[in-house]
Amino acid sequence: MLTAAFWFFATLMIAFGLCVVLLRNPVSCAMSLVMSFISMAGLFVTLDATFIGIIQVLVYAGAVMVLFLFIIMLLNLKEEKTRRLNFGATLGGGLVVAAFLTLLTRLVVSNPAFAKTLPPLTGTQADDVKLVGFDLFHYFGLPFEVVGVLLLVATVGVIILSHRSLR
Amino acid sequence: MPTLANYLLASGLLFAIGLGGVILRRSIIIIFMCLEMMLSAANLSLVAFSRYGLIHGQQNYNAQVLVFFVITVAAAEVAVGLAIIVSLYKARQTTHVEDLDTLKF
Repeated sequence: MLTAAFWFFATLMIAFGLCVVLLRNPVSCAMSLVMSFISMAGLFVTLDATFIGIIQVLVYAGAVMVLFLFIIMLLNLKEEKTRRLNFGATLGGGLVVAAFLTLLTRLVVSNPAFAKTLPPLTGTQADDVKLVGFDLFHYFGLPFEVVGVLLLVATVGVIILSHRSLR
Repeated sequence: MPTLANYLLASGLLFAIGLGGVILRRSIIIIFMCLEMMLSAANLSLVAFSRYGLIHGQQNYNAQVLVFFVITVAAAEVAVGLAIIVSLYKARQTTHVEDLDTLKF
């Protein structure tokens, strides 16, 4: 059943990812990306990372993409008008992506350490949040505080950037 | 049973799709969305490594803590980036990347 769940969520994730790149309407792209993030949260749950899966849905699909949709509707973006394609740039981009994919595939397939199946876990699923929290606050307390300051700086920056200059 | 290679290939494929979107699309908002997709694909890779690299029968939670931080930083980046895009739109009235060429050589 884990295999079926993996293939279902992985296929959905890749398909919606392709929809983001190929569709013309920005709102359709944003909704496809939301579905891609939710499928990825499903993949996280198959990997027994329930806390990260819930955080992905709450933060990425629930806050970041909503912000994207706000901005798309604020700027009233229409469909992207296709101009004359720069053939050299398109070909170069395609080559870069193809090179990356071949390199990654050869690396992953040839390494025997990546061929192991899911090892069994001790402990229950319900311990996941507690264990992530333990690791976070025990060993990564300083980065946690720094990220809090980063969020404060981002908030102040957004307000300054959107502030109309006072005459 | 899915192996680690399956998860890494799925993550790499999503990253490559995002990379293609950043290179080939011409609207700033779509480019930004594909950038978020690339970050998210890296998160999937990290969580897969966390699950498959067990320490005494428990997952290696360092990778999941890193995913937590990456999600937080990505959210802050999206907020600031979208504020910049809105300011850019107010100044230029366009979101097409080829119209923004003041830094072009």
